[in-house]
Amino acid sequence: MKLHEFQAKALLARAGVPVPRGEAVDTAAAVAEALGRLGGPAVVKAQIHAGGRGKGTVSDAKSGAPIVLPGESRPMGGVRVVDSAEKGRAFAEKLLGGVLTTIQTGAGGRIVRKILVEEALEIERELYAGILVDRGLRRIVVMASAEGGMEIEAVAAERPEAILKEFVDPALGLRPYAARRLAYGLGLTAEPASRLATLLTSLYKAFEQTDASLVEINPLVITKDGRALALDAKMTIDDNALHRHADLKELRDLGEEDPLEVEASKFGLNYIKLNGTVGCMVNGAGLAMATMDIIKLAGGEPANFLDVGGGASKEQVANAFRILLSDPSVRAVLINIFGGIMRCDIVAEGVVAAAREVGVTVPIVVRLEGTNVEQGREILAKSGLAVIVARGMGDAAERVVAAAAGKAA
Amino acid sequence: MSILVGNDTRLLVQGITGREGAFHTRQCVAYGTKVVAGVTPGKGGTELDGIPVFDTVAAAVAKTGANASMVFVPPPFAADAILEGIDARLPLVVCITEGIPVLDMVRARAALDRSVDETGRPRTRLIGPNCPGIITPGQCKIGIMPGAIHKPGRVGLISRSGTLTYEAVYQMTELGIGQSTCIGIGGDPISGLAFIDLLELFESDAGTDAIIMIGEIGGGAEEAAAAFVQERVRKPVVAFVAGQTAPPGRRMGHAGAIIAGGKGTAKDKMAALAAAGIDVVASPAEMGAAMKRRLTA
Repeated sequence: MKLHEFQAKALLARAGVPVPRGEAVDTAAAVAEALGRLGGPAVVKAQIHAGGRGKGTVSDAKSGAPIVLPGESRPMGGVRVVDSAEKGRAFAEKLLGGVLTTIQTGAGGRIVRKILVEEALEIERELYAGILVDRGLRRIVVMASAEGGMEIEAVAAERPEAILKEFVDPALGLRPYAARRLAYGLGLTAEPASRLATLLTSLYKAFEQTDASLVEINPLVITKDGRALALDAKMTIDDNALHRHADLKELRDLGEEDPLEVEASKFGLNYIKLNGTVGCMVNGAGLAMATMDIIKLAGGEPANFLDVGGGASKEQVANAFRILLSDPSVRAVLINIFGGIMRCDIVAEGVVAAAREVGVTVPIVVRLEGTNVEQGREILAKSGLAVIVARGMGDAAERVVAAAAGKAA
Repeated sequence: MSILVGNDTRLLVQGITGREGAFHTRQCVAYGTKVVAGVTPGKGGTELDGIPVFDTVAAAVAKTGANASMVFVPPPFAADAILEGIDARLPLVVCITEGIPVLDMVRARAALDRSVDETGRPRTRLIGPNCPGIITPGQCKIGIMPGAIHKPGRVGLISRSGTLTYEAVYQMTELGIGQSTCIGIGGDPISGLAFIDLLELFESDAGTDAIIMIGEIGGGAEEAAAAFVQERVRKPVVAFVAGQTAPPGRRMGHAGAIIAGGKGTAKDKMAALAAAGIDVVASPAEMGAAMKRRLTA
């Protein structure tokens, strides 16, 4: 589960990580009030689940035209330093409800619904800090780099030695000496080094306490008066651990997610919307990915990833099918089920029930194999649905791609 | 011959009295697996179909001589169940549970790596979590895979997937190719045995002539396997990597199946495997046929 910057900063502050003074608000008037309380120059930042906001472009949600503020020549971005409440209000009025497109959002961009207003700081140095789980070494790794403000993937690719790493024994946590090694390694000395080391141990604590799978502070700044603060924060929480964090569950922002994916998650289905025309419903994540692959090999494009799980019920199958068909770009559907735990007759009943409920207008190709396969095929055959029965994955893919292209399968 | 499990395996089931645990215990027994004990805290002294249930793994091992465990414990408690198996020094723990918090597995994996014998070798081997389990056809099934699609034979199978593994097994069996042992290593980012551990076991197993491995996007396990095969494996290897069309940055069902920061793409993995002399198939419908070609070449 991704968090917004303002949510991440609140969690970090709770664990003792210094963050700029600020407030998260959702109206232009509240932005002006917050600026009044902060006093002095401040930063107004759009809150969306994507990076690159400062260099992004805000467009009008209706017309799609880039927004240019009066007296300026270039379209406005999602982050701006302002020196008065009035300028902040004027920016916020255009920002809220606008569509912010960045290198991370994709072409569609994201609607801005929330704004973070923060004190502006006098910055001496910009650094980078990140914590994640290293899969190869099976350890939590704490990373730090002097190349703050840069795209860290690019730094990792071009100059991996510029990223310092400490691998943490989970029984010990990030020890102070290891945090100091990172701070001194970045060339910091005296008070700022000590402040950074303390920040990193607090950051590790926050990571562990929240069951995060990723925390990134980019940039982490050293101010002219020698303080270390998280100027930005990106944080992802492990979905599998949300059962023990009722408070964090509340932070999920459904507005940032695809509506069909939200709907699917209600039924415990793994659904990811893609750009093709061939809808697919499969049991098991690996087989679902492989089904997408074979659709592509057959010359088609998958419209989605959909894993109904190893032991889905008739209702789940019906819901999966309904969600799949509510994507208007779907021209044909491939159902590929290898029944192990899951019985083919249950799948067939679910498909028939959903097809009756929503009314199917696109061709359906079904490939069933495994437990109770004969009963499953019989249920489909007797249903009166125009179902094309395929033998094997290769045959199924060719038939569904032909059907999606409007050719007789 | 086979690896890790066979006629000598004496299985205990952690979480045997749960709905899933009981159902799959019965399936394993029906397949011929010797299930000697179950463990459910608070249910010690009861039975499931005549299988004695204990409160702790230690007690179950002491009483029954169990030498392997199958974990069907719900996600919040599953890592603890794995730790209990490690603590009891079970040679093999197979964890089926999906949805264990990653940091729980980081801790369990650290404990697993610390539990070594006098010669420095790990006392416990872990398969999974989030996996279908392991089967030596005709001898022993530990997990949730449909037993009937398997056929005793001489091809070893290693996979990060569940149903895609069944697909590969089914294709091979249809072509008359039997399997020595099939292992699903699971779809989580942190797990037990990896491709390389099992490639090593298959390479030295006299009952295995060839190996099929099924990878997917995310992490670097396939790349590590490619390097290992190049250096140490003389037996023919066939591979498929799922997720050639997966978008970057999205988790494709499995917690570990994600292309992060441009790393872990199917394209890179397929190239690494092919460069190591492995027969990489682009189509999942070709897994069995490719193995057939390798065996008859």
